[in-house]
Amino acid sequence: MNEMTKTNTAEIFKDGDMVEMSYAEAIRDALDIALTNDERVILMGEDIGVYGGAFQVTGDLVHKHGEDRVIDTPISELGGAGVAVGAAATGLRPIFEFQFSDFAMLAMEQICNQAAKMRYMLGGNVSVPVVMRFPAGSGTGAAAQHSQSLEAWLAHVPGLKVIQPATPYDAKGMLLAALEDPDPVMIFEHKILYKSKGMVPKGHYTVPIGKAEIRREGTDVTIVATSIMVHKSLDAAKQLEEVGISAEVIDLKTIRPIDRETVLASVRKTSRLVCVYEAVKTLGIGAEISAMVAESDAFDYLDAPILRLGGADTPIPYNPDLEKAAVPQIDDIVVGVTQLVKGER
Amino acid sequence: MTKEKKANVPFAISNYSPEQLREALRKMILIRRFEEGAEDCYTRGLIHGTMHLSIGQEASAVGSCMALKPDDQITSTHRGHGHCVAKGAEASRMFAEFFGKETGYCKGRGGSMHIADVEMGNLGANGIVAGGIPIAVGAALTSKRLKLGKVVLCFFGDGANNEGAFHESLNMASIWNLPVVFICENNKYGMSTSIERSTAVKNISDRASAYSMPGVTVDGNDLSAISEAVTIAVERARAGDGPSLVESLTYRWRGHSKSDRNKYRTKEEISDWMDKDPILRLSAVLQEHSIITAKEIEAIETSVDKEIADAIKFAQESPSPSMNDVTRDVYTELTS
Repeated sequence: MNEMTKTNTAEIFKDGDMVEMSYAEAIRDALDIALTNDERVILMGEDIGVYGGAFQVTGDLVHKHGEDRVIDTPISELGGAGVAVGAAATGLRPIFEFQFSDFAMLAMEQICNQAAKMRYMLGGNVSVPVVMRFPAGSGTGAAAQHSQSLEAWLAHVPGLKVIQPATPYDAKGMLLAALEDPDPVMIFEHKILYKSKGMVPKGHYTVPIGKAEIRREGTDVTIVATSIMVHKSLDAAKQLEEVGISAEVIDLKTIRPIDRETVLASVRKTSRLVCVYEAVKTLGIGAEISAMVAESDAFDYLDAPILRLGGADTPIPYNPDLEKAAVPQIDDIVVGVTQLVKGER
Repeated sequence: MTKEKKANVPFAISNYSPEQLREALRKMILIRRFEEGAEDCYTRGLIHGTMHLSIGQEASAVGSCMALKPDDQITSTHRGHGHCVAKGAEASRMFAEFFGKETGYCKGRGGSMHIADVEMGNLGANGIVAGGIPIAVGAALTSKRLKLGKVVLCFFGDGANNEGAFHESLNMASIWNLPVVFICENNKYGMSTSIERSTAVKNISDRASAYSMPGVTVDGNDLSAISEAVTIAVERARAGDGPSLVESLTYRWRGHSKSDRNKYRTKEEISDWMDKDPILRLSAVLQEHSIITAKEIEAIETSVDKEIADAIKFAQESPSPSMNDVTRDVYTELTS
């Protein structure tokens, strides 16, 4: 997609150990490795078997691993998620795919009341190592009920971990890390990223949950971005460089728990903060990052107000131009950052 | 069925040893006295929050769990004290939980509504109506997939039979042929709304046919009847023949929770059901078959009373959690 194929984490692998894959293929590779290595792993979801998943993420895995392990569920999001929670609490390692993240709203009871709280309510006597995958985001013309970015809803619930890998490399490595995590991990995958390509190590590796990554170093402004907005921010940063603005771009990767130190250290260095995310701006992850900075010593380093660029306060519209207008675009980031750095905001 | 049913001899009498039957009666008395003790502690301000008492429903919990092996698992409900005792929990650690103490089953983090004893196979009560039903199906999926041989008993009330989670779960348990037994303890009211006003079918067990599984309605105040129905269902599940739905007709003598003013039912109705006291009924049957004497029942009562008094003392004297630990166990602490 852009220069992100050469990230600092990827450099630990030799070229011969890497292979180019799409984001969806990288997830499938991780699922395949998990199913092969651990008999406790099962996949559950709607049409993930012979159909291969609505976004062809599971692909042909059912043919390799069988219907007992790549399980087509009925269209029963609440019950299906609950079965995954119960299975996780009793010894399996289920990976549950919601066909669209929007449909997970039918399962909020099991996610938020059960999976998130079971360990705490039971005094630490049980773990719920369930992994749930949420295809999210706009840009497909699927309108208001198939295009949302709801990750902040889940990130508000203690007991859950919420991640948003932005690259094929992280999609695979963070999924494998999620499987090793004893607690429920919610993975939000932007649908537009599924076809994006990048170099991915062969075999098993993990990318840590809770650790952000500086995708591009800079000195004038810190852009904290999530998921697809990491790519848009990097493209914006290139344009900004041409007009003499040096932007540092942080890929947050995990929104619960947030990598506080990476963000604060960057803000101390650049003295300016911009948060870019596709989800509705109001009461979102940008508010949390902004407050985190405002409550810390990094606040004293700020030379400009904090800027949040998030989704408009609207359902995602159908009309393609309106759809674009509802979420931050590269130009919005360029304009916003330029005004901020020039003291025009 | 392990033994032939003899004419006029109740299932429980012919299928369980005198020791097992006396233990069943002791557990029912323990549940009754436990809940009376808990209610008393609540009234005296020693326990805060709320609680949902199952007084009057003891045969349903004990009779169902009698059908299980120790390794089998249950999921329970907000009215779950009886299930917890029936599955083998200790009154002392249950009281400690109600008192919010570190020695409680949930270290004081769960209270009455989340009482669990994972070691004994009780995966927990649940504060959400029907919340435990998909979880039970998940536990059954684990048992089948890992060939653990465990059967999962899934308790829920009549109120849960109109939740989507109930229908989705029964459907999945059926299509995947899982070793789970659904036990609906129909105590006639979902909080204040009667089953007649809330539910389109006459018997909740009628719902079973929609999911191609056996469904049966039994007198849940008759220990023998409930243990017979659940035994059949458990044996079926263990043999790999899939799930069943058992409807256990019973009644809670107390209100829904501590805020209930009983405005939706009559004193006469409550009194009629108190005449069907499951403990008195089992006591009579056991005496009739010379399995226990009145004197031995009195001895059980005395011993249970002491057990409850000791349990409350244990709870009162147990340490409270440290306030520094308020976020402990939100996540698993990784030691690496």
